[in-house]
Amino acid sequence: MSRVWIAGGRVLDPASGIDRVADVVIEDGRIGAVGSGVEVSGAEKVDATGCWVTPGFVDLHAHLREPGQEYKEDIASGGRSAVAGGFTLVCCMANTQPVNDDPAVTDYILDRARNDSPARVLPIAAATKGLEGKIMTEMAALQRAGAVAFSDDGHTIMDGAVMRRVLEYARMIGAPVSVHAEDRHLVGQGVVNEGPASTRLGLPGNPAAAETVLVARDLLLAELTGAHLHVGHVSTAGAVDLIRAARERGVHVTAEVTPHHLALTEDATLGYDTNTKMAPPLRSKADVEACRRALAEGVIDAIATDHAPHAPHEKDVEFTAAPPGVLGFETAYAVVMDLVRAGEISPIELVARLSTGPARVFRQPYGSLAKGAVADVAILDPDREWLYDPLKGYSKSHNSPWAGGTLRGRPVVTLVGGRIVYDVERGVVAP
Amino acid sequence: MIGRDLLGIEDFDRADLERILETAAHMQEVGLREVKRVPTLRGRTIINLFFESSTRTRTSFEIAGKRLSADVINFSAESSSLSKSESILDTARTLDAMAPDAVIVRHKVAGVPKRIADALDAPVINAGDGAHEHPTQALLDLFTVLQEKGRIDGLTVAIVGDITHSRVARSNIYGFTKLGADVRVAGPPTLLPPAVESLGVKAFTSLREAIEGADVVMALRIQSERLQGAYVPSVREYSAMWGLDRAKLRYAREDAIVMHPGPINRGVEIAHDLADRRPSVILEQVRNGVAVRMAVLYLLAGRAQAGQEGAR
Amino acid sequence: MGRVVLDDAAIRRALVRIAHEVVERNEDVARLYLVAIPNGGVPLARQLAANLLEIAGHELPVGVLDTTLYRDDLTRRGERPPLRRTEMPSAVDEKIVVLVDDVASTGRTIRAAMDALMDFGRPRAVQVVALVDRGHRELPIRIDYVGKNVPTAASEKIVLHGHRGTLEPPLEVRVEAREQG
Repeated sequence: MSRVWIAGGRVLDPASGIDRVADVVIEDGRIGAVGSGVEVSGAEKVDATGCWVTPGFVDLHAHLREPGQEYKEDIASGGRSAVAGGFTLVCCMANTQPVNDDPAVTDYILDRARNDSPARVLPIAAATKGLEGKIMTEMAALQRAGAVAFSDDGHTIMDGAVMRRVLEYARMIGAPVSVHAEDRHLVGQGVVNEGPASTRLGLPGNPAAAETVLVARDLLLAELTGAHLHVGHVSTAGAVDLIRAARERGVHVTAEVTPHHLALTEDATLGYDTNTKMAPPLRSKADVEACRRALAEGVIDAIATDHAPHAPHEKDVEFTAAPPGVLGFETAYAVVMDLVRAGEISPIELVARLSTGPARVFRQPYGSLAKGAVADVAILDPDREWLYDPLKGYSKSHNSPWAGGTLRGRPVVTLVGGRIVYDVERGVVAP
Repeated sequence: MIGRDLLGIEDFDRADLERILETAAHMQEVGLREVKRVPTLRGRTIINLFFESSTRTRTSFEIAGKRLSADVINFSAESSSLSKSESILDTARTLDAMAPDAVIVRHKVAGVPKRIADALDAPVINAGDGAHEHPTQALLDLFTVLQEKGRIDGLTVAIVGDITHSRVARSNIYGFTKLGADVRVAGPPTLLPPAVESLGVKAFTSLREAIEGADVVMALRIQSERLQGAYVPSVREYSAMWGLDRAKLRYAREDAIVMHPGPINRGVEIAHDLADRRPSVILEQVRNGVAVRMAVLYLLAGRAQAGQEGAR
Repeated sequence: MGRVVLDDAAIRRALVRIAHEVVERNEDVARLYLVAIPNGGVPLARQLAANLLEIAGHELPVGVLDTTLYRDDLTRRGERPPLRRTEMPSAVDEKIVVLVDDVASTGRTIRAAMDALMDFGRPRAVQVVALVDRGHRELPIRIDYVGKNVPTAASEKIVLHGHRGTLEPPLEVRVEAREQG
């Protein structure tokens, strides 16, 4: 019987509401006991004094790039980067090459994950074949193969009738549909938020309405079909208001927000750094504040990284030509800790949005430190300051707006299924 | 204090602008001499790095550089590997290895000169980037107005046309407001940038209101592809509502001057007979371009970044 | 501060004497063209022109020629020096150009002025006036007319005090110590 004894940390378990200094004992990959003064023999002891002990983070939105774009990232490197960020479960988007619209691709991803990734990986399959927004994928077969949700992500389904049928069909099999809600026509050539920043930069603007218009459509279609709509990376105050109102009238909607949309405004784009180019774009201060409030209130269920690795040569180009997206895993905790430090959210609520909340959204049996739960655990030092150098990180790519910056808050140990897979001193130690 | 690069008028303060304009006035005198060349930048190399073709601006910089005795080398994207796979920064680093004393950059995408400046030792001069800035155009416009009106403080300047896609508009907005003019922009709402008033101007969707009492009326060039329905319904409707002619101009001050950054779409932004004669000062603008660019090159070329003196 | 080497009266006497020397040396006074090197040379050239009108009865053209664009010391350091105006009211071809500067020293400014002058045409001859010659010549350049030779140490500088911003000649010339550092 293998045992790990996590001693002296501040245990934060949103599932059971525990927030106190306690020891956590893990036995054979499951949580054995949470208590004080327990005497554990024959256990590997991890001193967590001064640290938070939380359920491992669950990311509902990441791009691991495999198969097809392994020069940016692969399941092994992405998985290592995830556990270095405290994430124990990553749901990866379907925009691989080939697209994950076929159970064979789903199988491949799961197989690679089992062998190479220290983090759990669960695929999100495409909602339409080839992400073309026309013909539905074989959702039931994909679900049987292991897909946890369906999404065309950035290839937003613009045809409302297709979207309606996708939602109806997904409802039948009880799967969530995750959306990147941006009206592609309103986005146009837009690469930064439309407003004072786009005007100063002279770059085409992407209006907040591009998001709100499509969030409104998808909420109405979710209401019509009774399906579970999950709104990806919410970035506007308008979308937040629409989601809040839909929830109040009983629409089955969940939502996520990224660390960058919680931390950065459009002003970050003013130097033309392509590592500030995101989709949706970094928004106004008022939008950021609305997202932060919605996260604290629980209108937004989850923090999702939208981890989107791109190779240096792809980002070293004109702002308009650069692919949108940034790395997310390794900086997420430090970036969102700003909300705790600003007094906008309690530690246990923040942990809920990183673990328990997202696990519930995709109905996964993780995100809990209750006795008998799978021992996916993150140990986090909330005050540790560190210099973030993507070259020393685990992703194959280095596209981060925080590169070279000093961050505060860092995952120090990550356990998946009771096994230590990451330790800040030794790095990723398994597989 | 004038920094290493000239990326945009937004970065300059009033004293910087006045210094450049004063220097330009002296450079203008050089252009009147029998021998229009001074040895100031002898032995220095200036690279004209034009990713977007612009014969006018490139030639103006080339003449300016040559009048200062610099070696001016034209590097155009069409003849390079850029269209293939070399990144902008690779190109910049390659050029930097040739140790230029200034690199003049033109690109159709906003922000490219800034990215290149970040990667280079040499001073970078923005010769127009997307819809961002075209600082030397604004400097020559300021210079022209100063010569025509004797001042900029207190003038009313109306900029008319496609403001959204205009780097000339942005640079002029910064330049004229910094020097104390009251700046108005006007155009169809589809061609006014969002939150344009955050730049310190007043926006109008009526030509008449915009040029009422104006001392300077500046028409902007409109790209023909924007006149085919996406932004305005047709050329005819645009020129009827927004094209400058002598009849519309009577709403401006009696002594108002008319400017245009060129090249002109005759009969679209500006009536044929207005473009060629007073109160139009379009040819003066072109002439002043050389003097202003000489001033900029004199002030910047071959200078090290503050704190890096003698690095080479 | 410092010692006075020329006072107001001495400066005026020197400019009268120089005017006489110029007339003595140049039979063809009508060919003369005074060209001042700004800023210090400008009031001196005007005063010389007035003196020459009195002595020889000829109203001579006075030009102003900035030498900044011809300097040999533009470095990578710091800001570029401000330009000063150049105003050459008539052609220099076949003229006897008399360059007028306040203080002659290394000769580099005179060298720059001669180069600049050649860009305006081909003068028959070029002569040089300096109110003060402080020595330290670095180029083979001779000053034809000197108000006063003032040998100085490298640690000293020549300072002209006078009506700032007017066209009047300076009131006095001093030798002062350079600031340390």
